[in-house]
Amino acid sequence: MIQVELLTKRYGERTAIKDLTFHANRGEIVGFLGLNGAGKTTTMRILTGYMPPTAGGGRVAGFDLIAESIEVRKRVGYLPENVPLYPEMTVVQYLDFMAELRRIPKREDRVDEAMETVHIEDRAESFVGNLSKGLRQRVGLAQALLHNPEVLILDEPMDGLDPQQQIEVKKLFREVGKEKTVMLSTHILAHAQELCDRIIIINQGQIVAEDTPERLNRQLAGGDRIHVMVDGDGTGLLDTLKALPGLTRVRAVRDGEFEIETTPGRDARPEIARAVVDGGWPLLEIHREALSLEKIFIELTKDESAESRA
Amino acid sequence: MRNAWTIAKREFNMYFVSPVAYAVSFVLLVVLGLFFFGSFLGAANFGGPPDPTATIGPFVIIMLFSVPAVTMRLMAEEQRTGTIELLLTAPVRDWEMVFGKWLAAFAFAALLILVTLVYPFILSQYTTPGLDQGALQGMYAGLFLMIAAMLAVGVFASALFANQIAAFFLSMGILVALWILGAVLQSANGPMADFLNYLIFSRHYYDNFLSGAAKLEDIVYFVSVVALFLFLATRIVESRRWR
Repeated sequence: MIQVELLTKRYGERTAIKDLTFHANRGEIVGFLGLNGAGKTTTMRILTGYMPPTAGGGRVAGFDLIAESIEVRKRVGYLPENVPLYPEMTVVQYLDFMAELRRIPKREDRVDEAMETVHIEDRAESFVGNLSKGLRQRVGLAQALLHNPEVLILDEPMDGLDPQQQIEVKKLFREVGKEKTVMLSTHILAHAQELCDRIIIINQGQIVAEDTPERLNRQLAGGDRIHVMVDGDGTGLLDTLKALPGLTRVRAVRDGEFEIETTPGRDARPEIARAVVDGGWPLLEIHREALSLEKIFIELTKDESAESRA
Repeated sequence: MRNAWTIAKREFNMYFVSPVAYAVSFVLLVVLGLFFFGSFLGAANFGGPPDPTATIGPFVIIMLFSVPAVTMRLMAEEQRTGTIELLLTAPVRDWEMVFGKWLAAFAFAALLILVTLVYPFILSQYTTPGLDQGALQGMYAGLFLMIAAMLAVGVFASALFANQIAAFFLSMGILVALWILGAVLQSANGPMADFLNYLIFSRHYYDNFLSGAAKLEDIVYFVSVVALFLFLATRIVESRRWR
């Protein structure tokens, strides 16, 4: 459904994306994960026919990205970042306008359907400019779904939604993701993990990792980092912890607080907790720190820069 | 082409949502009303012939400044807010958008031109044998053509910027320059001067149309200006592809 090879886009001297090759199948939700400025929006603009790549190419919904751009656009639904909409139109007016541009037969019915899908029918007559960020996001989504596209491309669709709305939107994506090809971008790892069948991690315009969330997690997680906090200054605890097997690094953060790194693949928390309690220290807190996206990025890019120096 | 029509319809409606349409029409009608009253009074007191150019001249001058106001928003706002991205990821070709925008501006301007017909109409009613209808038709045909060309310049300027004020001043600058080029060139001659002379907006209008004569040369000129500036505007929109 989406198949691109060696996509490259340069803006003057600056290379936004370089040699991206990836694909997405029907019924699959693919997450595009990267920090701001990594090249996510550029890639999506190329996939939606807004601009051609500097080099490389591919097919979306069975048509050539460059030569058959209009055919591609007919079959793609797009939610751009920040959802640009005409503030002086009502929701219904706007959707009807987009439906007319897309030559949708029985426009009125489709507009109603799309509004129902995203639960915005009660705001149909509101001016877009008066809507909250979450509602605007939904109008943008309705617009992307209007023509029942084979491929949905969503740039930061969770941005600006409150947790309740995020849950709703995720449910919606899972639903449409069953029969369409969905590609969404986010800079929040948890969203991608929860929603996507496959994650493509992009950094400085290049793909640095691509896999299912589970495998990516295992691969990236490396060791765990465990925080331990005891009442008092924890005198002597450092040595006790250091004596435990399977811990790669133990250090005192401050009095009564310790940070422990373990080898991958095993949860050391039960042993640590037992050691602390057995030693008579009053245990206040023990938790495992999930590696954030930023840390994963540091991991992924560290290797690369080390290689390039060599 | 259907897309251009869809876009034109939306854009035309937007004129009446924003205060621009009302501001432009208000100023235009008040000023023209004053000119008309003065000229009508003069003609009545001194027994001169009824002169429809008494309102058409000022109308054209006001349009030099009103056309940029009418067109400045068209493309600049889409670029500033990013809505152009949604428009051009729908199956819409770049030229369809540009043409649709221009068409909307032209429809709005045509409305203004039609409203000014009230003055010659009154003149015709109160004089015998009335106005020369042929001359009047020539004047108005020329008016439509010239305003169409001015609007194309405005659409072009609006495509260049994401800022409406910048678009306003650029199109006004181009229009005024094309208007007063003649004053600068009065003593010049040679092929360059001839060419520049040909570019002058006002000559194509005042020399023939205003006396009621529609010359093919002038029609070709205005149609070419529309085509050229809409083409340039399309190229600017396209430039996002290779920038």
